[in-house]
Amino acid sequence: MAKTLMQFRQVSLKFDTQEILTGFDLDIKDGEFFTLLGPSGCGKTTVLRLIAGFEQPDEGQILLDGHNIAEQLAEHRPINTVFQSYALFPHLSVFDNVAFGLKMSRTPSTEIKPRVMEALEMVRLAEFADRKPAQLSGGQKQRVAIARAVVNRPRLLLLDESLSALDYKLRQQMQIELKHLQRQLGITFVYVTHDQEEALSMSDRILVMNHGQAQQVGAPRDIYESPANEFVARFIGEINIFDARIEQVVSIDEQQGRYLAYFDQGNMTREIVSETRFEAGDKVKVMLRPEDLRIEFLEDAPEKPGFIGEVQERNYKGKTLDSQIKLKDGQLILASEFFNENEPDFDYKLNQKVWIDWVHGWEHVIKADLL
Amino acid sequence: MIAISNLMGPSKEGKGSARWAKAGQWLFLGAIFFYLYAPIAVLVVNSFNQSKYGHNWKGFTWKWYEKLLNNQNLMDAFWHSIAIGLLAATFATLLGTLMAYALYRYNFTLKRVTSGMLFVVMMSPDIVLAITFLVIFMALGIHLGFWSLLIAHITFCLPFVVITVYARLNDFDGNLIEAARDLGASEARTFFTVVMPMSMPAIVSGWLLSFTLSLDDVIVSSFVTGPSYEILPIRVFSMVRVGVSPEVNALATGLLILSVVLVVVAQLILRKGKSQ
Repeated sequence: MAKTLMQFRQVSLKFDTQEILTGFDLDIKDGEFFTLLGPSGCGKTTVLRLIAGFEQPDEGQILLDGHNIAEQLAEHRPINTVFQSYALFPHLSVFDNVAFGLKMSRTPSTEIKPRVMEALEMVRLAEFADRKPAQLSGGQKQRVAIARAVVNRPRLLLLDESLSALDYKLRQQMQIELKHLQRQLGITFVYVTHDQEEALSMSDRILVMNHGQAQQVGAPRDIYESPANEFVARFIGEINIFDARIEQVVSIDEQQGRYLAYFDQGNMTREIVSETRFEAGDKVKVMLRPEDLRIEFLEDAPEKPGFIGEVQERNYKGKTLDSQIKLKDGQLILASEFFNENEPDFDYKLNQKVWIDWVHGWEHVIKADLL
Repeated sequence: MIAISNLMGPSKEGKGSARWAKAGQWLFLGAIFFYLYAPIAVLVVNSFNQSKYGHNWKGFTWKWYEKLLNNQNLMDAFWHSIAIGLLAATFATLLGTLMAYALYRYNFTLKRVTSGMLFVVMMSPDIVLAITFLVIFMALGIHLGFWSLLIAHITFCLPFVVITVYARLNDFDGNLIEAARDLGASEARTFFTVVMPMSMPAIVSGWLLSFTLSLDDVIVSSFVTGPSYEILPIRVFSMVRVGVSPEVNALATGLLILSVVLVVVAQLILRKGKSQ
């Protein structure tokens, strides 16, 4: 296990009377790609600004390698930032932009040139060294901003929604490049984004935030498959949530428990599996991703216990067919199915009656009071 | 130039009426230019005219320029004006740039009041400013002369510098200063390596504006200076009261050339600033 590089200990910050963070804790390990994910206004950018030193906490400690840096000025921290707007100096050439940090730290001039060119080569912009930022495209500016930050060999690189200004294709490409760069350099990256897809594909670990509170920290897979609460579940992709009550504990072993749960929706009892321990009588939420669901036409089968609904909307997504289904009591659920090669014309008619099941064992169950 | 090119733009009328319309446009334009520049042309021409009264052309001469250079009072006033202009413009630019940066960068209690006060100085009629200065200098017992004049000129130039530089700063990406700090620049180095070079076009045009304002101010100056330190506009003003001497024509021609040079320089600098 890598050692901890950066820690927040009970950090609080207010703007005027508005509490942005209260008793906030954070651990970032050395060398990881760590993402702060949350909706706008959740405090993720504030956390980034606290790490960079653009804000000072009202209370609490910010530790880098175990030393409190909460009072240290931004210019003295071995941390660099890639800004959302790139913030390249318009009056300096690409070369001088990248050399700026080295000049400020009074690096010997014989060392500056090779290091700047190395950084520019790394982002494949060596031949643009003499250009001014105004002569570059968005993606090139982005790469200059990255080179300008990493050339200083920071302990921590902060990226503030750095890809959000790029178009879709370029963003995908930059995601791969960033991840590659991070592995190559071994620098700890802290990435701020509201884009859950971006977070899932790039991060080693993700911290999901809402209203200045950490909701869940974990690997992308844990967060996607085992969301800690309804906010995380809904924020990270689409999810269907069903209310249920534990009727009986079937068996519990060291890894998981098997339970019989009664679903109000559909008036049925099903066996569910969960790593969490429940007792009979507990109210739970059963969460199912759209791709966990299986749909059957109802015409050829008699009505059986289960979720029954009508197809409301079909969205062709290229790889998948996404259907919105309205259940009997009005709840809307989303199902996502991959195309079957054997049935290329597979499609639903609107208002078609269907019966919905899921791949058993794929459900994620949390206690209802955790919401 | 936009207005002119619009005037000259193609007309969709028939050929004959189009020709008339075009001729009308040229005539109109000519009239405007004549109205604007004829007096100046007369002045320039008369500065080379042998005739003392300038009613008719009596041959080319440099003698008014010679007389001008030999007129010690007038030349003293000229150099006084240049000195006050250079000093006032320089101090107003230094103070104004720092003030614009403070207004841009920091939030402080009287920020709005401070920037509002600048507009008050800029908007108030010269005569009001002039009397205000006079009252203050009298109350403080400051002798009217070089120092009182300099202080007054710095004050009325200041808001123009602040507004020019502030507008430029506001056009910047707000993260630039943080980016410089993030890369290890102290507050002072951020100012000298990022803020100042980037606002240089505005700083230079603020300086030129101040210099011009100082150079041709009559009203404020006539209240706050004394006989010990006479400046050009006041000297000229007192000379022309007894009739326009051809020396004044020569002087005005010299000043005209100076202003054209300044305007061209300012335009070049602004254009360079825009291309960045």
